[in-house]
Amino acid sequence: MKADQSLDCVGLYCPMPIVKTAEKIKELKPGEVLEVVADDKGIMQDMPAWCQATGQEFLGTEEKGGEIKVYVKKTRQ
Amino acid sequence: MAEKEKLTIVMFSGNLDQALAGFIIATTAASMGMAVSIFFTFWGLNIIKKNEGGIKSQGLMRKMLNFMNRGGSKRLKLSRFNMLGLGTAMMKRLMKEANYPSIDEFITMAHQMGVKLIACTTTCGIMGLEEGSFRSEVESLAGAAYFLGEARESKTTLFI
Repeated sequence: MKADQSLDCVGLYCPMPIVKTAEKIKELKPGEVLEVVADDKGIMQDMPAWCQATGQEFLGTEEKGGEIKVYVKKTRQ
Repeated sequence: MAEKEKLTIVMFSGNLDQALAGFIIATTAASMGMAVSIFFTFWGLNIIKKNEGGIKSQGLMRKMLNFMNRGGSKRLKLSRFNMLGLGTAMMKRLMKEANYPSIDEFITMAHQMGVKLIACTTTCGIMGLEEGSFRSEVESLAGAAYFLGEARESKTTLFI
């Protein structure tokens, strides 16, 4: 999946990927896509929940060899 | 978003592990756009005491209490397997190796994210603690009524 910006959260545990995503998303314009790369499996459940709470759009997950990529589309400020 | 959803946490315990749980939930909730308040009471006050110490309290018993119960985010112990500090030291080392924030860093982070840190006036009064006993991130001292006022408006309230 193509993303406008990427956030490296490899090696970080809950809640840091979510905390960093909340910070990073502020830099994006509405309509842009953020890719978050992580290796803590929790993100697969946490990111959809975060998107639901904040009103951003969860686009999906890609998992390859222990590396997890999740995609979030900024839909609101 | 209209009115922010609220989360109120009572931090009663002053143990490292429990403080960690409280701050993980608080910072996550703040990331999710919630308005978060943490009320520190009893042993929980140790988490927000200044690491440098220097608490001036009146009376022998209070002086003794604050001498033995010095507090500060860097002096918290595990609720289990403290083993005279060895267990706690090992846990802190594991957290560091995993690049995990310390309680100190969590307090700074929570404050920057707008989490309100409030110390309970009653326990402060009994234990002889003043506003100056606490680190600068602590917003105010308040009582049970203020907590209940916040809690009534909160969707989630936790007692840790």
